[in-house]
Amino acid sequence: MMNRRFFLRGAAVLGCSVAAHPMLTTLTLAAGEKTLGENRLVVIILRGAMDGLGTVIPVDDPLYAQYRPGLSDLGEAPGALTGGFALNPALSGLMPLWQAGQLGFVHATSTPYRDKRSHFDGQDILEAGTGTDVAVSAVRDGWLNRMLQAVPGLSAETAYAVGRDALPLLEGPAPARNWAPDLRLRITPATERLLEVVYHDDPLFRDASEEAMTLSDELDDDLMAAAPLGAKRLSNNEKLADFAAERLRGESRIAAFSQTGWDTHANQAVGLAGALKGLQQTILRLREGLGEEIWGKTTLITMTEFGRTVRENGTKGTDHGTGGLSILAGGAIRGGQIYGPWPGLNESALYAGRDLMPTTDIRSWAAWAMAGMYGFDRTLLETSIFPGLDMGSDPRLLL
Amino acid sequence: MMPTNETLVAFRFGYGLPLPKGAPVTPETMLAALAAPDPGPALWPGLTTEAAVEQMQFFDASRRRGKESKEAFDASSKEIARRVQELRDRSVKVAVARALDSSDGFRERLVAFWADHFTVVSTNQRTPAMPSAMVEDAIRPHLSGAFADMLVAVTLHPAMLVYLNQDRSIGPDSPIGQRNGRGLNENLAREVMELHTLGVGGGYTQDDVRQMAELLTGLTVTTEDGFAFREAWVEPGAETVLGVTYDGKGTEPIIQALRALAARPETAEHISRKLAVHFVSDDPDPDLVAAMSSAWRSSGGDLMAVYGAFLTHPAAWAPTAAKVRQPAEFLVAALRGLGVTGADVMAMDQKTLARTVVRPMQAMGQPWQQAPGPNGWPEQPEKWINPAHLATRIAWSMALPQRLADPLPDPRAMAVEVLGDRAGEAITLAVSRAESVREGVGLVLASPEFNRR
Repeated sequence: MMNRRFFLRGAAVLGCSVAAHPMLTTLTLAAGEKTLGENRLVVIILRGAMDGLGTVIPVDDPLYAQYRPGLSDLGEAPGALTGGFALNPALSGLMPLWQAGQLGFVHATSTPYRDKRSHFDGQDILEAGTGTDVAVSAVRDGWLNRMLQAVPGLSAETAYAVGRDALPLLEGPAPARNWAPDLRLRITPATERLLEVVYHDDPLFRDASEEAMTLSDELDDDLMAAAPLGAKRLSNNEKLADFAAERLRGESRIAAFSQTGWDTHANQAVGLAGALKGLQQTILRLREGLGEEIWGKTTLITMTEFGRTVRENGTKGTDHGTGGLSILAGGAIRGGQIYGPWPGLNESALYAGRDLMPTTDIRSWAAWAMAGMYGFDRTLLETSIFPGLDMGSDPRLLL
Repeated sequence: MMPTNETLVAFRFGYGLPLPKGAPVTPETMLAALAAPDPGPALWPGLTTEAAVEQMQFFDASRRRGKESKEAFDASSKEIARRVQELRDRSVKVAVARALDSSDGFRERLVAFWADHFTVVSTNQRTPAMPSAMVEDAIRPHLSGAFADMLVAVTLHPAMLVYLNQDRSIGPDSPIGQRNGRGLNENLAREVMELHTLGVGGGYTQDDVRQMAELLTGLTVTTEDGFAFREAWVEPGAETVLGVTYDGKGTEPIIQALRALAARPETAEHISRKLAVHFVSDDPDPDLVAAMSSAWRSSGGDLMAVYGAFLTHPAAWAPTAAKVRQPAEFLVAALRGLGVTGADVMAMDQKTLARTVVRPMQAMGQPWQQAPGPNGWPEQPEKWINPAHLATRIAWSMALPQRLADPLPDPRAMAVEVLGDRAGEAITLAVSRAESVREGVGLVLASPEFNRR
C-alpha cells in the first residue's frame, strides 16, 4: 500500500529523474513501520556560496596566507579546532558547543555541480538533491520533501519552511507548512467561509488559504497563551529561531530556512564576519529555545551551493568556487570533529587550479544524518531521496 | 487569430481594468503605441543617472563634512537618510504612477520585464537612485529598439557596474594591477553571459567567463562622472570570447563583444522564451517561442520585430490565466480598481506610501528593487501564492481599500469593473453575501480571478 502510494507520487512528480533512476521498487518501508519519532532535523540553506576556507581556516598551512594575503586580518584570533584548523572568530560564540561535542564540520564538500558556478543553478541542484544527470527543471520537488513522501501518515505540521523566502528544498507533494514568524490573518468566520467559496475551484489558492487560516488561528492561540510583556525587540534571526523552536517543541520534527549574505566578492573579511555572526545568533537562539532535552535530539545541518576560490580576488573578496563547508550542530551529533578527507591546498590538489577540491558529496552527509535519525534504508536514500547518490561508508555522524 | 478583448489585454499585457482612456487593445495598435515615443517621462519625470550621480557626490561630501565632529557626523547622517528616503519613495511612486496613468500599459509592463531581466540592487545610501536611473536611461530609451543597444547601455551603466562589482575589477597585469596587486572580479562577466544573453545552457565555458572578465577591465564608476573608463586598469593583450578575439583601445572591444553576444542564437532563444514565460505561461507554446526567436534572428535582435511576432501569435492570446500577478502588479491593479490615480500616489506622504505600497510589497515577497539575486524575481505562480504571501494579499485586500477610497465602491459593481468577463458565479455570489462593503471589496481583490492573469 505504502509502496504503491509513494511510487505513484514519485513517478508523477520526479519525471525525468525516474527515467534516469528506475527506483522506488526497492522501497523497504512498510506502512505503519516508519515514523519520525522524537528526533528533530533543522536544515539551513546559506544562499550565496559560503566561504568554507575562511570559516574553518587551515591556519597551519602556510599556503593559506599566501593565497589570501588581504584576508588575514580577522580582528581577533580564530578559535583552535583540530587537525590544524581554526574557527573564524565571528563564530567564537559556538566554541562551547564544539567543546561539548555538539558542533562539527564537513570540509571540502560539494554537490555534484561543477564548472558553471552559477548561484542559481547551484542552489537549484542543492535543493533538488539530484545529480547532474538530471535536468533540475524536470524536478518538481526538493529532497527534504521527498524524504517526507517516504513516511506515511505525516501531518503538514511535521515540517516547516520558515520565513518569507521560497524554499524549494521542502517543496513538493508531501505536506509541509510555510509561514513567517510575524504573520497573522484576522478575518471573521463568515468572511473565511466566503473566501473558501471563492478559492474552491483553484487548488493553488485553495490550499494556500486553508493553510494560512489554520496557521493564523493556531498562532493567535499561542500568542494569547504566552504574550511576553516589555520583551526586548528581537532580531530577525532570533524571531526565525524562536518560531522554529516553538514549532519543534510541539508536533513538528523538521524545520528548514535560509539565510542570505554569503556572496563575498569584495571586502570579504567584513561581509563574512557579519553573515557568520547572524548564523551564530540563529544557532544559539535555537538551542536556547529548544531546551536541553530537545536540543539533545536535534541535528542541525547547514548547506551552501558551492565554495569560493582559494585565492582572494582583486577586491579583497573571493569568487565562485567549488569545494565548500557544511556546519553540523545539535545534541544528537558526534561533534568535535571535522569530517571529510582534506584535499590540501597545493596547486596540484586544487580543483581546476583555483578551487578547494571537493572530496565528498554534500548530499551524503544529509543522507547519513537521515539514516541515523530516522532509520531510512540506504537504497531509498540513494535512489529516491537523492537519486544517483553514492553514500560511501558510514561516517557515524550521530551519537 | 483569436478575437482579442479588453480583459485579456488588461490582465496579461497591462496593469488591470478598467483600461485607461485611449489604451490600445489589438496587436496592431499595441505595436503602434510602442513604436511611438515613450510617454512615460513626460507623464511623471523619473530619476535620471545624473540625479543618481549627484546623490553619490552628496553622500561623499556629507561624509567628509561629517568627519569634523560628532555633531557634524550626526547632522550629515540625518541629512543623508532624509535624501535617501526621498529618492527611494520617488522611485516607487514614479513607477506606480506611470503604471496607473499611462495609456500604454504594455510598455510599462515591458519596462518592468527588462528591469527584472537586468536586475540591479542597491543596498547602501550612496546609490539608492541607481536602479531607477538605469531603467530610465539605459532600458526605456531602447525598449523598442535593438536589444544590443539596450545590452550595451545597461552593461556600461554605473548601476550595473557597481552591483556586479565590475567597478573594482582590475586586470592583474595592468599597470595598476601590477603596482598594487589588485585583480579581476568575474561577477559581471559571468552574469552577462548566464543571465543577460546566452542563458546558463548557452555553451560558454569558464574560460569564456575569465576572458570576458579580462575584456571588461577598465569599466568603472567615479563619484565625479558616474561611468568612467580607466585605461590603466585594462588587462593587456587581446581576449577571446566564444572563439572571437577582441583587441583595441577604450570601450570599443567591449561593445563589440556585447554586440556579438546579443547576436547569438542562444540569446534569441533565451530571451524570447523568457518573454513568453513572463507574459503567458511558465510552459509556453514552443511554436510561440520559435516564432519570436526566429523574428529575433532575422531582424538582428530588433525588439519591435520580436514583440510583433509575440503579439501576432495566437498562443499569446490563449484565454487561459496560467500566471499570477506579482505583488507589484497586484498592488497597481488594486489601486486602479479603487480609483486611485497617479497624482494620488505622487501626493502620498511617506507614511501613507509605506503603509499602502512599500511594506505590503515586501510582505507579499517582492520588496521594491531588492530582488534576492541578479536573476531577479521568480515566475512560477506557486512562488507567489504560498500561505504566507496569500495571507498578506488577503489582509491588504480587507484592510487597505477603506483608507484609499471614500466611499468604498459597491463591491458588486466593482467585481464587474475590475474582473471584466472573468467575473464568475462563485465570486459574484460571494460578493453579494459579504457582511460589509469592506469585506465585499476585499473578496474581489483577494479572488483568484483578480490575482491570476
